[in-house]
Amino acid sequence: MKKSIEKNKWGMVVVGCSSGGLGALKEVLFPLPSSFPLPIIIVQHLHPEGESYLASYLDGHCQLSVKEAEDKEKIDPGFVYTAPPNYHVLIEKERTLSLSVDAPVVYSRPSIDVLFESVPPFMAKHTIAILLTGANNDGTKGMLYIHRHGGLTIVQNPENAESSLMPQSAINAVQVDHLLDLEEMAPLLIQLSRD
Amino acid sequence: MDNEAIEINLLLEAIYQKYGYDFKEYADASMRRKILHRLELFKLSNISEMTHRVLHEQEFFEILLQDFYTSVTEMFRDPSYYQALRKAVIPILKTYSHPRIWVAGCASGEEAYSLAILLKEEGLYDRSQIYATDLDKNAIKKARDGLYSAELLRKYTSNYQKAGGVESFSDYYVAQNQNAVMDPSLKQKILFSTHNLVSDDSFNEMHLISCRNVLIYFKKALQERVLGLFHRSLCRQGILCLGAKESLHFTSHDDAFETLMNHEKIYRKK
Ligand SMILES: C[S@@+](CC[C@H](N)C(=O)[O-])C[C@H]1O[C@@H](n2cnc3c(N)ncnc32)[C@H](O)[C@@H]1O
Repeated sequence: MKKSIEKNKWGMVVVGCSSGGLGALKEVLFPLPSSFPLPIIIVQHLHPEGESYLASYLDGHCQLSVKEAEDKEKIDPGFVYTAPPNYHVLIEKERTLSLSVDAPVVYSRPSIDVLFESVPPFMAKHTIAILLTGANNDGTKGMLYIHRHGGLTIVQNPENAESSLMPQSAINAVQVDHLLDLEEMAPLLIQLSRD
Repeated sequence: MDNEAIEINLLLEAIYQKYGYDFKEYADASMRRKILHRLELFKLSNISEMTHRVLHEQEFFEILLQDFYTSVTEMFRDPSYYQALRKAVIPILKTYSHPRIWVAGCASGEEAYSLAILLKEEGLYDRSQIYATDLDKNAIKKARDGLYSAELLRKYTSNYQKAGGVESFSDYYVAQNQNAVMDPSLKQKILFSTHNLVSDDSFNEMHLISCRNVLIYFKKALQERVLGLFHRSLCRQGILCLGAKESLHFTSHDDAFETLMNHEKIYRKK
């Protein structure tokens, strides 16, 4: 994978969403072919005591393999990783994932800000960050971080989002690169993955 | 390497040389988050400035140290884990005349008290000894006091019930002002003390070790070493319990243990 970072502009996709996220994720991920070369890491806010159903649910609806992130797991292309309920997920510079039970951030664990801001600076400029529907402002700081470090920011059009607060909050704070409806996301991702 | 990563390495090296605490083998991402967060709170201009203050102001170091510990915990965290203990582990502990239990990384003590309650309800408490240790001396002090905010009681009561509690959780504490004071009888068999998993060694032979949500903060190599310490500290057939998202798989210790309950990360030394 190291080689392909040098060859390609984009090395990884991080995604954050909250209420309404399940349906939105399905729409973004479903069209991506199993050959999609960028690993995807997702924080979807979950009920802390909920079962880990998200990964298996999405796995059933995607061509890519979706799995729940494990501690110190290698980040591989072709995989989609979801944050387990009640744990933050962070990205290590060795391209592995770490879990943590640090206090919730913006009332959330997992938190989108924690994931996005954990991307090491040298990786952030090769990272595509996507923020979807949600009813709080987790993710805004994270988007700002990715933007400042030269990464690409994509936000769901709040007008068509199930909950507009989260995408709107990011738009107010960050000069985002793309404001898109859900069905426009996969085609753009496929195109970017060829850059 | 980018400058920020170099500055963090230098900060951790300074802490190690000056105060003897070794955080160099803690997972980077989480350490970086804590350092940058503190940087922002104190409006410092860069990490090198932080290193300077760490070297010259002990009080500043103590604040940072408290950030590095993540003493976030609860009573009966992951209720299904305690259900599994009742079902699969208590019967094994009952075969020992004096079970010795080590709660490593006990934070402010909630996990140790939860175990004490469980042992009590299973009629095993009086002949057991719980050793509960943590690196954070403030957390250990809080654990000894056994004084928790009453705000948390609703959550703890609900956890207790989901964990298969057979009594009323309110039997185990008295409400005092805004606090819940744990029943003193629960403390009798718990020995709280500081212990550093990075540098301190084994101190007794254990029948059960519970180390939950600590290893995730370590890099792989340190995880391996600490698992080695647990292996050395367990008796033959001793039981090792890890956090819900920790595992022996993909470690060199996988072969030295058998899985007792996979979903709950409960293992047994071969
Ligand atoms: C998230 S808490 C886990 C508390 C409890 N076991 C639970 O699962 O709820 C992690 C604890 O590990 C402790 N810790 C970190 N490094 C340690 C070390 N080197 N030795 C002992 N304890 C350590 C921290 O101080 C903190 O209290």
